[in-house]
Amino acid sequence: MTIIPLPAKILTALACVLALTATARAEVRIGQPFPDLTHYALEGTLPARGGQVVLIDFWATWCAPCKASFPAYSELQRELAGRGFVLLAVSVDKTRAPYDEFLKRYAPAFPTVRDGTQKLVAEVRVPAMPTSYLIDRKGVLRALHSGFHGAETVRSLREEIIRLLEEKS
Amino acid sequence: MKRIPCLLWLLGGLAALLSGCTTVQPWERAALADYSMRPDRDPMHNTIMEHIYFSREASTGGRGVGGSGCGCN
Repeated sequence: MTIIPLPAKILTALACVLALTATARAEVRIGQPFPDLTHYALEGTLPARGGQVVLIDFWATWCAPCKASFPAYSELQRELAGRGFVLLAVSVDKTRAPYDEFLKRYAPAFPTVRDGTQKLVAEVRVPAMPTSYLIDRKGVLRALHSGFHGAETVRSLREEIIRLLEEKS
Repeated sequence: MKRIPCLLWLLGGLAALLSGCTTVQPWERAALADYSMRPDRDPMHNTIMEHIYFSREASTGGRGVGGSGCGCN
């Protein structure tokens, strides 16, 4: 079998086609600043986050593990809010009605906003639902938890949050 | 000269195939997680199908996993 060499122009064209069809990835990585939430037209009131340790949790009403996470996250918020910690839940629901119904039913102890346009979640590129991002007092992403695995996730999150709260700002 | 059109066809085919592939992102799976997407949403239908399967194959069970397609966790 003889291999026919491809002319350089065709190879260039092939490279261009592949580049055009590739998906642009812009996920946030640990050690990088987390995107400024004020730029994404989120529905709802953002809590004051300056100088606080923030846990941003991406969730949806159709996601079963997200439902399981809410009572546990409410406990975390109640326990650590007085020490400079705030939990913000960002819903990725496109429609308002299920979001309102969910909040009425679960009555979380932490603030929630809705990313109805899904611009923020697409920028962050969450790997699973739910995913929580732990941000230090300087606004840098320090840890990421993909999914919610019950007590194991809560214990791990709690330890990491306390470690960040004890860091000097 | 015959080689060029063949390669162009190949390139065109590749471009069409590659651009046709897409991943449903985790935050886009609301429709997949809907109850109507569950294969086992109708208990009567399940019972009938199970009975047919048992009658034909003389075996039962082992029918995959439950749940819909949100792909969470």
